[in-house]
Amino acid sequence: MGMLKEKVDKSKQKTSDKKEEKDQSELILRVNDLSIYYGSNQAVKNISFDIEKNSITALIGPSGCGKSTFLRSVNRMNDLIPISHNQGEIIYEDLNILDKNIDVIALRKEIGMVFQKPNPFPKSIYNNITHALRFYGIKGKKRLDAIVEESLRKAALWDEVKDRLDQSAFALSGGQQQRLCIARTLAMQPNILLLDEPASALDPVSNAKIEELIFELKKDYTIVIVTHNMQQASRVSDKTAFFLNGRIVEYDDTETIFTNPSVKETEDYISGRFG
Amino acid sequence: MEKQTTLSAKQRLIRSSSKNPGETRGKILVSLCALIIIIATLSITLFLAIKGLQSFIVNGLNPLEFLFSSEWNPTSSDPQYGALPFILGSLAVTLLSALIAGPLGIGCAIFMTEISTSIGKKVLQPVIELLVGIPSVVYGFIGLTVLVPFIRNTFSGSATGFSLLTGTIVLSVMILPTVTTIATDAMSSLPNSLREGSLALGATRWQTIKKVLIPAALPSLMTAIVLGMARAFGEALAVQMVIGNVRDLPGSLLDPSATLTTIITLNMGYTTYGSVDNNTLWSMGLILLIISFIFILIIRYLSARRKI
Repeated sequence: MGMLKEKVDKSKQKTSDKKEEKDQSELILRVNDLSIYYGSNQAVKNISFDIEKNSITALIGPSGCGKSTFLRSVNRMNDLIPISHNQGEIIYEDLNILDKNIDVIALRKEIGMVFQKPNPFPKSIYNNITHALRFYGIKGKKRLDAIVEESLRKAALWDEVKDRLDQSAFALSGGQQQRLCIARTLAMQPNILLLDEPASALDPVSNAKIEELIFELKKDYTIVIVTHNMQQASRVSDKTAFFLNGRIVEYDDTETIFTNPSVKETEDYISGRFG
Repeated sequence: MEKQTTLSAKQRLIRSSSKNPGETRGKILVSLCALIIIIATLSITLFLAIKGLQSFIVNGLNPLEFLFSSEWNPTSSDPQYGALPFILGSLAVTLLSALIAGPLGIGCAIFMTEISTSIGKKVLQPVIELLVGIPSVVYGFIGLTVLVPFIRNTFSGSATGFSLLTGTIVLSVMILPTVTTIATDAMSSLPNSLREGSLALGATRWQTIKKVLIPAALPSLMTAIVLGMARAFGEALAVQMVIGNVRDLPGSLLDPSATLTTIITLNMGYTTYGSVDNNTLWSMGLILLIISFIFILIIRYLSARRKI
């Protein structure tokens, strides 16, 4: 609770600064009347909201409320599910990324994703990071070495693994594996980072490290994070969207959502009365 | 329930065999099944070893000559027993058919699991199951009727059409379903998170298949190929119908040849039990067993290396 208050105080100062900034801050994603279907089942229902550049947006809500489905549509991972289709639009910069003519491979390079369960490749730590780089013609040991070090440093993993880059990624702990997955996504220099419950499969210590990392990454990236952990959402995010049954019930500054929600359901969910 | 409460803890909880006779009976039954299999395997191995070694111990043949000489003249006045052409023939058809069926089967498995699961499930799966069900004599018969004339007419190097190549092709088709089925299992048992992880980084489907999925499934894919080879190595009937069965070392793919299995099946009816000729056939059987055993060891080794 103490922690929450501290954070609230901190962000209070921030919002006053932000007021002036607000007009200048760019929107990086604009979601317009988006609906996503799995077959005949509508998982996301006519949602609309905007995401600012270099902000952290938390998506909260009970399981099955559509927040992961939404997240997976932003880098078109839903394309892998043949029965899924969508209506509406997600405008990224000035392009609807749900359009048929979008090159999803190039899109995924710009909008990276980290999954709930750490999923390193059965390769060395080094090759986990260089895996996708090589597909984009990035070659040469020196250049790759530099990117590997930079990405691992950004993901706060460098000091733990710098002496064993040739070892299998499977030898790492769960928390380290997840940071490796973040590092390999960062190596692609994405503009947006989608995190699908990145810390839920981890122990509290690893969880705290990931959180710290997310906060750190905010400087350079726009982050959208799905989380079931209320404290986490309140600690790390600038904006919070509360999803319920495929709709966004409330979307506001995180501070407002957690201290003074305007909808009864949001308050009930945050205080743990349902969900 | 009431009755139990009147019993003492000792009566209720101390172990005794009379309390649960079904338990003991079941245990005996399944142990017996296991025992029968073990006895059968051991006795076949032992019998084959004794019979197979007789040509060397009783008849005094030189094992080195048997293994490394290419002269096979059991009927001449100075009989020679060099089984090298048949050992090499067996190994050649096995390796060559694995070379054909391996890539084909793995490619087919990748199509079924990664490219079109619906066509894979609806069309390819039943087709492959059907291929498994066709008896080997039918494969041989089709090979004899279709493939042998085709080879004879197409390649000037083959006078008869019976050749190493014909045997290899027939065997490839026969082991293709084995390789495909196991390779499909291997590919589909890969966790989906691996695919998503690579695709989410902006890798294409083919890059993901080539650089993540195939390397991750490699030990299992190798197992698929080795199992196919084990099947090819032991096949007798279909090969015998198309390979030509000559006792000389083949000089090319288009030359007729013979394998250990075809020589055994062809000659077992014409040799008298206990004769040198008969014993050498047993020796070939022993070699088959030993090489099959090596295949199993390779499979075990590969399975142990599986990473995921």
